[in-house]
Amino acid sequence: MTTSAQTKSQQVQPKPGEPAVATPDVADALSRPARSLWRDAWSRLLHNKAAVAGAIVILFFMFVAIFAPVLAPHNPLELNSGKGFLPPMWVERSSTGKAGVPEFILGTDNLGRDVLSRVIYGARVSMVVGFIPTIIIVFIGVSMGLVAGYWGGATDNLLMRLTDIVYAFPDLLFFIIVMTALRATALGQFLNGLFLLFVALALVNWVGVARLVRGQVLTLKERDFVLASQAVGASHFRIMVRHILPNSLSVIIVAMAFLIPGAIITEAILGYLGLGLRPSTDPADIFITSWGSMLLEGQTAINNQPWILLAPAISVALVVLSFNFLGDGLRDALDPRLRE
Amino acid sequence: MTTYLIRRIFWMVPVLLLVALITFTMMHQAPGGPWDRDPSRRQVDSSTQEALNKKFGLDKPLFINLEGGNPLDSQFFTYVGNAIQGDLGPSYRQRGRMVQDVLFEPPKGKAIWDSRFGYSMRLGLLALVMAAFLGIPLGILAALKRNTLFDYSALFMSTIGISVPSFVLAIFLIILLAGRLNILKIIQRDWSNPAAWMVPAVVLGFGTFAYITRLTRNSMLEVMGQDYIRTARAKGLGGRVIITRHMLRNALIPVMTIMGPALAGLITGSFIIETMFGFPGSGREYVTAIGNRDYSMIMGTTLIYALLIVLANLTVDIMYGFLDPRIKVK
Repeated sequence: MTTSAQTKSQQVQPKPGEPAVATPDVADALSRPARSLWRDAWSRLLHNKAAVAGAIVILFFMFVAIFAPVLAPHNPLELNSGKGFLPPMWVERSSTGKAGVPEFILGTDNLGRDVLSRVIYGARVSMVVGFIPTIIIVFIGVSMGLVAGYWGGATDNLLMRLTDIVYAFPDLLFFIIVMTALRATALGQFLNGLFLLFVALALVNWVGVARLVRGQVLTLKERDFVLASQAVGASHFRIMVRHILPNSLSVIIVAMAFLIPGAIITEAILGYLGLGLRPSTDPADIFITSWGSMLLEGQTAINNQPWILLAPAISVALVVLSFNFLGDGLRDALDPRLRE
Repeated sequence: MTTYLIRRIFWMVPVLLLVALITFTMMHQAPGGPWDRDPSRRQVDSSTQEALNKKFGLDKPLFINLEGGNPLDSQFFTYVGNAIQGDLGPSYRQRGRMVQDVLFEPPKGKAIWDSRFGYSMRLGLLALVMAAFLGIPLGILAALKRNTLFDYSALFMSTIGISVPSFVLAIFLIILLAGRLNILKIIQRDWSNPAAWMVPAVVLGFGTFAYITRLTRNSMLEVMGQDYIRTARAKGLGGRVIITRHMLRNALIPVMTIMGPALAGLITGSFIIETMFGFPGSGREYVTAIGNRDYSMIMGTTLIYALLIVLANLTVDIMYGFLDPRIKVK
């Protein structure tokens, strides 16, 4: 996989025995249009089948999340009395003796709500929980990591001590206690409880990113290009943002790709424990149910209608797996030396 | 090395203290209290609540006692003072039992590993042993057969194992084994039968198994490219000697060092699996305690888990020092 990087440096290599100075027209003839490192990485990523497949699945779920009202065959809140626990359409006789109907593709739950429509709406929560906290985490983590790594001293010390504490705290235990404690407050009710989850996720995860960036900065700031910018009088801010940050970007992107599935899993676990999204009955809400909440609701229906559990479980597994494939692909593409 | 160790151990004290402080603050923020509802008894009236609060010291200020006298005569500092002496306080819901008894005391006539914590410990150990005994050989074989179908399948499986969360795996297995095949009871009541442990242990350990497989494979590949392996080949050593003496001994260092944290992770991370399978471990006890607002149980479990994690992380550094003399710990 290192070939493209090698050809790049070999572009104007002279033949053995010839002077290393190329005349302009020779150089022109030998050179290709310039290719940036990003473009190289992009083409490497496109050649990675697993990563592309992962990206397609993620785009699909994002599409589903955005257009949920159009795609859902039913209103996810609509109660169909007398049609509770219908099996999926291909089942002719479930353990409760009911037959599936094409109207409800994946069947219904105990209240007769359409399972497929609820899974479609659940994608919204998972996508939002995946992306928004990650953006906050990266923003805080990168700024803190840059400052701590570049200036060292008290900020750095504080960061390292904070990391020790966060790493000692069993993180799910922390999420559970925070969600339990602040659920009744205004903070806990904002966005059906999702906002509190964002805050909790950000509180735990930013230190990891900060530490990662700090490590990058520590090695980068000794490099010659930083010395050169200092020599020409660039300000500290400029060096941090224009020189060090772009060089740590690949590490940050890869970290993001693995933070997102982590957040999605956390939401599902908390939802399963009844601590995630507050299930809504208001049709005007954007976030009506989550995959985690569906797992909680479906728990008692393992025999009657396993699809209440299976549909969100498969969705979580698929999304998380896709992000992991994409993350692996991004790591290989952005830094071929790290390729496993 | 010794000064480093001493410093690390001393640093554990403020870390644990802060974990206790955060948990304590959050816990008291949660609406309701331990006497609010008790399905087994009648509702507790307010005068009884007051008496109970007084008896258990819940009438004291939370952090600082400003009413003259000793400012440290507060709930938090009393708890910390007792906890240092190994007294985790009385459980508020399991009347008449101390937290340490609930977690560590086995039923009459049984050994320590039949306690709540013992159950979680054994489940975690079983999961880790299975993960290591399957993952290490698989990783070694995958590295030796690099870029073959075998290697690719092992890699693919380990990616799935690392990505798919254990509770999703648990749902699939419960639906398959309990819902379809009727092999397993959905809520297991009898855990004396070792076969009953297999499903939760497999679910719990699958991610670790996948991780160990990948780590072993990568570590082997790295070692296989080293000069000393070429030297060993050049001087005519046989394949088996090279693999066992030269490769494995070095390749397994990273694998060995993650064992401690992996076990700590399996024990502290098992509560969702314990809750799903109705497994009587300390993790399920924590989930119940949260719902019951059993303050002392919440504090006790969190602190013991945090201690476990801190100690596990410490062992990594020590193990690196012992297993790989090239690394000098400052």
